[in-house]
Amino acid sequence: MSAVTLTHLERLEAESIQIMREVVSEVEKPVMLYSVGKDSAVMLHLARKAFYPSPPPFPLLHVDTTWKFKAMYEMRDRMAKESGMELLVYQNPEAKAKGINPFDHGALHTDMWKTEGLKQALDKYGFDAAFGGARRDEEKSRAKERIFSFRSANHRWDPKNQRPELWNLYNARKAKGESIRVFPISNWTELDIWQYIHLEKIDIVPLYFAAKRPTVERDGLLLMVDDDRFPLKPGETPEMRSIRFRTLGCYPLTGAVESEATTLPEVIQEMLLTTTSERQGRAIDKDAGGASMEKKKQEGYF
Amino acid sequence: MSEIKESSYKTDELIAKDIDAYLEQHQHKSLLRFITCGSVDDGKSTLIGRLLYDSKMIFEDQLAALEADSKKVGTQGQNIDFALLVDGLAAEREQGITIDVAYRFFATEKRKFIVADTPGHEQYTRNMVTGASTADLAVILIDARKGVLTQTRRHSYLAHLIGIRNIVLAVNKMDLIDYDQAKYEAIVADYKAFADSIGIKGFTPMPISGFMGDNITTKSTNTPWYRGPTLMAHLESVELDVTADQAKPFRMAVQWVNRPNLDFRGFSGQIASGVVRPGDAIRVLPSGKTSQVTRIVTMDGDLEQAVAGQSITLCFADEIDCSRGDVITLSDQPVQVADQFEATIVWMADEALTPGRAYWLKIGTQTVSASIHAPKYQVNVNTMEHVASKTLELNAIGVANIATDRAIPFEAYEKNHALGGFILIDKMNNATVAAGMIHFALRRSQNVHWQALDVSRETHAKLKNQKPAVLWFTGLSGAGKSTIANLVEKRLVRMNRHTFLLDGDNVRHGLNKDLGFTETDRIENIRRVGEVAKLMTDAGLIVLTAFISPFRSERDMVRQMMQPGEFIEIFIDTPLAEAEKRDVKGLYKKARAGELKNFTGIDSPYEPPEDPELHIDTSKLTPEQAADLIVERLIP
Repeated sequence: MSAVTLTHLERLEAESIQIMREVVSEVEKPVMLYSVGKDSAVMLHLARKAFYPSPPPFPLLHVDTTWKFKAMYEMRDRMAKESGMELLVYQNPEAKAKGINPFDHGALHTDMWKTEGLKQALDKYGFDAAFGGARRDEEKSRAKERIFSFRSANHRWDPKNQRPELWNLYNARKAKGESIRVFPISNWTELDIWQYIHLEKIDIVPLYFAAKRPTVERDGLLLMVDDDRFPLKPGETPEMRSIRFRTLGCYPLTGAVESEATTLPEVIQEMLLTTTSERQGRAIDKDAGGASMEKKKQEGYF
Repeated sequence: MSEIKESSYKTDELIAKDIDAYLEQHQHKSLLRFITCGSVDDGKSTLIGRLLYDSKMIFEDQLAALEADSKKVGTQGQNIDFALLVDGLAAEREQGITIDVAYRFFATEKRKFIVADTPGHEQYTRNMVTGASTADLAVILIDARKGVLTQTRRHSYLAHLIGIRNIVLAVNKMDLIDYDQAKYEAIVADYKAFADSIGIKGFTPMPISGFMGDNITTKSTNTPWYRGPTLMAHLESVELDVTADQAKPFRMAVQWVNRPNLDFRGFSGQIASGVVRPGDAIRVLPSGKTSQVTRIVTMDGDLEQAVAGQSITLCFADEIDCSRGDVITLSDQPVQVADQFEATIVWMADEALTPGRAYWLKIGTQTVSASIHAPKYQVNVNTMEHVASKTLELNAIGVANIATDRAIPFEAYEKNHALGGFILIDKMNNATVAAGMIHFALRRSQNVHWQALDVSRETHAKLKNQKPAVLWFTGLSGAGKSTIANLVEKRLVRMNRHTFLLDGDNVRHGLNKDLGFTETDRIENIRRVGEVAKLMTDAGLIVLTAFISPFRSERDMVRQMMQPGEFIEIFIDTPLAEAEKRDVKGLYKKARAGELKNFTGIDSPYEPPEDPELHIDTSKLTPEQAADLIVERLIP
């Protein structure tokens, strides 16, 4: 028999599955963070493969900001049903009570709903490991993060004190109160994600495909008016444009791109021919210069 | 801004014309993982930045930011400082050096690449070993102006040690020596002499300039005398290790037992080497039980065969015992099982190795308790000399024997990285403190087999009509351990129990008279007492031990030796001030006077038990009351 050459996607898939099985074997109470985006879709798909024919032995956790696109909420509920997994939705009660929103509160919105919300949810349920969909190709500080990333009892990340990771041997031991964020798709790139979705026919939110949608242009970002909570400034009227999204987050913070790509190959084609990086559509990376993501991570942002 | 070279690596045309054809092509790409190593200022980050740039992995917004940053903090004047693309963390940006392992990604028409960018300076050997552990190839960078340096030797040694077979010698900054062929060839000859001396079988040298782009993706006109491939062409065509792994015998460590219902029982894992097919006769180690593979289960349907690197789930014909940590092999090609090894160890923690102390050892998918003997020698990574050493400190590499608390299936690292590479974990703070590579099992471990005895430990215990146990008294000198243990033994004997009291002072007059009071000797003292106590429980006795036993990890080590439930830790809690006031043997006085070194509580620490079975507070209980309480716990 001649040797079989595994493709890069086959190797990445096998690696991600190996990581998920290690976590389930070595920690007490794992959870998968589910943000409904394309990376989450791939992670969920990999988890189903890793444990088949068993359902993945952990719940999904959506840290909700109440400001996601409507289409994302629909997708989320459908996927939970299909996978047979328990879906936990957490909304920071303090942010809710104070009416924190992306229009009036800027960076505080992300901090309260996402960063604080995530910490509260992990504490509430006592999860000691959380799968996240971060990739090393997304951003410079992420290129150095381990696959198993330790957080102190108050959820802080210390980039100077990371455990060395050799071969595929992960050390999941930790003291009481400490937790681990695990990134099974660390080594995937944006193109890998898209290609895998294409090959495996993974269901993703329709917002990734172009359609006529009501939009306004603000601060250089093309925003979609997803519901009537969007406060229009004087003179602003939503305009129908053919747009799609490269990443999905809170709709008032997520910039769209004008596009005619309605199929996956067309989306991939546009992505490959385009000249701006993926996170550029997100307002969040820009608040404090180049090191903003690193700062956010030290504070506990995923 | 420097000129942008049109790269041939992104097939824009194909993407634009026929995306389906492009996706088909991309889908079949293979994956090469490599590391770049070099000293500070050898131009590592610049080279990686250049590879990303030339393979068009940099987008316009990143490029704009790069140009702005280059002018603000760059070191290349008005030119693009490619290093800024890859130097990620704020702290290292300020220092201008890379301080950790970072991973980068790029792809060409033929391959996808993952680059581990590892730092070059002295104190971070551990980072390079980490990056190298998953790499197929190493690019060793040399500054053409400086030639082969100590660091070059160190990086090459480490790459070779971790088992990387493909080494590229990239002689960088050729532009700064006017592309001088003679100088280049002198450097290559110099390196070859060194490589031969440490057993590197071959390497590929090339003259490059990361900054100018010479011989990176296109042949440089500045080096017409160079006939070899460009760096990119070499990376694209070098042979992968994947095939080699498939040709080896089948091995898979069980990660997880998949049991959704009573009708299905599968064993999940990632294949370490070889090929498996339904119908194959298999053997599970260490038990040696055999069966046959019935199915290879995946969500995409059952497979006809699976190869090294794939994550799968196997089903067997028989209901044999098989759990996480076991290794599945073909029945006629099993792996060895042993509990003593010689290994190379790379120490990665600030706190040095304590020989004799128990660490967690993770190998494959199992974690066992292991103690490391004093190193046979340490390797000076600059001169490759073997030097004597009592311990291993941060970034030290040495060879030592290791004993595990149970026999484990393994293979020599040289033959199989997945079953011969391990990490050591500190039992107290859970840090990963070392990486190791097994050379071989010690002959004494393979040839000393367990003698199966006809009179079992159960028989011994039954004859004495009791359940064996170890009552382990721990506490400061003068806390009252011996006094209370003595009272407990007298009570037990009165109740017709068969007992034996091992007393610290008495044992040091005989069995352990060769041991002193250093940390290492104290650990060995406790290990021996533990082993003796274990033999005595096998003989059915109730053993009482009265030792200061100051370290948690050694008490835990003894606990692990015993059958579950047989180890009863009794903390005789007397405050230091009180014990010192009593000073029955006059030892505290001597220690305070400096006549006694390493005295627990004075100049050597005592780590109180965190969760003992019994906690005796001697300020509240008399020795008699304490003895009653202990007897009651043992015989309710």
